[in-house]
Amino acid sequence: MSDFTFTIDGVEVPAKRGQTILEAADAAGIYIPRLCWAKDLAPGGHCRVCTVLVNGRPQSACTHPAGPGMVVDHDTAELRAWRKNIVEMLFVEGNHYCMFCEKSGNCELQALGYRMGMTTPKYPYMFPQRTVDATHPDVMVDHNRCIACGRCVRASRDLDGKNVFQFVQRGHHVRVAVNADGGLGRTNLSAADQAAQLCPVGAILIKRVGYAVPVGRRLYDVKPIGSEIEAKRAPAPSGK
Amino acid sequence: MTMTTTTELKRIIIEPVTRVEGHGKVSLLLDAQNKVKQARLHIVEFRGFERFVQGRPYWETPVLVQRLCGICPVSHHLCAAKAMDMVIGVDADQLTPVGEKMRRLMHYGQTLQSHALHFFHLASPDLLFGFDADPQIRNVLGVAAKFPDLAVRAVLLRRYGQEVIKFTAGKKIHGTGAVPGGINKNLSVAERDELKKELPKILEWSVGGLELCKKFTREHLAELADFGSFPSNHLSIVRKDGAMDLYDGNLRAIDSEGKRIIDGVAPKDYLSVIREEVRPWSYMKFPFLKDLGPEKGWYRVGPLARLNTCDFIDTPLAEKERQEFTALTKGKPNNITMAYHWARLIEMLHAVEKIQLLLDDPDLQADNLTAQGTFRGEGVGILEAPRGTLFHHYRVDKNDQVTMANLIVSTTNNNEPMNLAVRKVAEQFFDGRAVTEGLLNRIEVAIRAYDPCLSCATHAMGQMPLVVEAFDEAGRVVSRAVKS
Repeated sequence: MSDFTFTIDGVEVPAKRGQTILEAADAAGIYIPRLCWAKDLAPGGHCRVCTVLVNGRPQSACTHPAGPGMVVDHDTAELRAWRKNIVEMLFVEGNHYCMFCEKSGNCELQALGYRMGMTTPKYPYMFPQRTVDATHPDVMVDHNRCIACGRCVRASRDLDGKNVFQFVQRGHHVRVAVNADGGLGRTNLSAADQAAQLCPVGAILIKRVGYAVPVGRRLYDVKPIGSEIEAKRAPAPSGK
Repeated sequence: MTMTTTTELKRIIIEPVTRVEGHGKVSLLLDAQNKVKQARLHIVEFRGFERFVQGRPYWETPVLVQRLCGICPVSHHLCAAKAMDMVIGVDADQLTPVGEKMRRLMHYGQTLQSHALHFFHLASPDLLFGFDADPQIRNVLGVAAKFPDLAVRAVLLRRYGQEVIKFTAGKKIHGTGAVPGGINKNLSVAERDELKKELPKILEWSVGGLELCKKFTREHLAELADFGSFPSNHLSIVRKDGAMDLYDGNLRAIDSEGKRIIDGVAPKDYLSVIREEVRPWSYMKFPFLKDLGPEKGWYRVGPLARLNTCDFIDTPLAEKERQEFTALTKGKPNNITMAYHWARLIEMLHAVEKIQLLLDDPDLQADNLTAQGTFRGEGVGILEAPRGTLFHHYRVDKNDQVTMANLIVSTTNNNEPMNLAVRKVAEQFFDGRAVTEGLLNRIEVAIRAYDPCLSCATHAMGQMPLVVEAFDEAGRVVSRAVKS
């Protein structure tokens, strides 16, 4: 049972008290693109890919609570362009080489790029100098591909209770760092930890399993990202 | 092969060489009497994959290094996977049957598509229209206009090879099928049946292409026998019983008379027999057999070398063709540069026969895709790529990161022979006065016989206009010709 309703692009959406706009949209089968959000994690509002207009003001749908009578604009040309710009900026500010990345086909950033019709970024590549931390026996961090979404930071702190990862520096210099001198191998991270499992891109990888799933059977090879949410909106069979 | 002093010489430059994979430049240096004193195939671009791969996790390597090339990426993909098998402690005979056979199927698909591409699209215009024919018609479109049936078959042969690759690697270009220790998919029954359906036609067309090439070679034997030809050593891997094996085996090298120089050398021991020389005017190195030194130890690789080094071919149609091929030189090694084409089409037929055998093998539907071993940290993979013997050597540290990579690609192995072929042709056909279209064409034809993949050896580039410039000793252009 819903507590109230609000509208997304003019469609009435039921919601419960405490639900965010993104959660209510998911339940209603409306896919709002997102990157830093993950189920069971406290929303971070870092990536801004889920930006919507709430009563005309830009807000991140993953952090903003749904409210009775709220008017949300989501699938507009302007918002689609904003989101695509964000995704393009994420591509150019790291070193994302999809052609040989083992996350290809399972990568949420790549999948969003495809879904949004990104062919090539309009911004110049920044080619930052980043490092690879492979000191852990079972998990590696390739900072070249990190988009600073903070899923690992929140998962390690809130779900694993370990604080293996944390943000360092400020503003556009902000990066995810390992909370130990000597690299990941000096932490108590386990490959089974949520922090090692929730990376949306190819930055945190379980070692020695790359490319095990053949091309054609990977998560986003067949259906675009968000399809599983939109499937909930399929019209009910007649007679029910 | 080259002069040490270059004073009083004129220089002719052919750049780029067309209808080869990649971008090459030829310079001819002439003396005061306008005789060719020096011939060089310059490779002036640089790739750097051996450096890119350092620091990357070892399981990424087969997918990363195949980006060297869009023509035969499968060769690099499989060669790196073979090296990584060794890195994780899985020997060649420890792969699961489905693991090895799926890789072989991928490799034979690759050989088929690459050889078909080279013969029909790149080489056949020279053979069908003649070396001196107008470049406007002496190209693949000219072949399509005058020999439409042949052109359609060429496209479909290549397409079939690409389909085999797609079903084994997941994609037609730059797939991910081979992983350290095995493969990531088997061949479904539906995929198998789809490939089997078209196979009889593919076999028939492969035989037809070979007949065409044989007919041309026999009809022009007097002209071709000396065309850019020279005695040389030949190197390839062969199976332990001496059979041609494009996927796995030990190194064998023979001299121009057929005497064995090395034999039974395991891939991991390649450095005990092979060395590479660097020359300042090319980014492509010059490999040689260590014991013979750079002057005498250079060798040829590729289809011609493989036909020469093997004792037999283990498929019936190709073996019959091999016997006919070796009869031409009375059982001695064939040193005719233009015989590369004939040898290449025998291999194409062999690849089709191998595909046929594999498609009937129920092992390809098995599920035990990978084998496990104990980490060794170093591995060497060698296989016979379409253009010749390919070496991949890696060291991996305890963190699973690649610390060293050494790649000796097929075209690099043929570096000295290609230089020599250019010089032979230039000596034969340069009249000492004008740089003729015929001379340029013939130099290109000689280089093209090796099917050089210069993108693989160094850099990727499409076709570009051909520019020829002759310089006097002061560096002034005395003659210039452009082919666009």
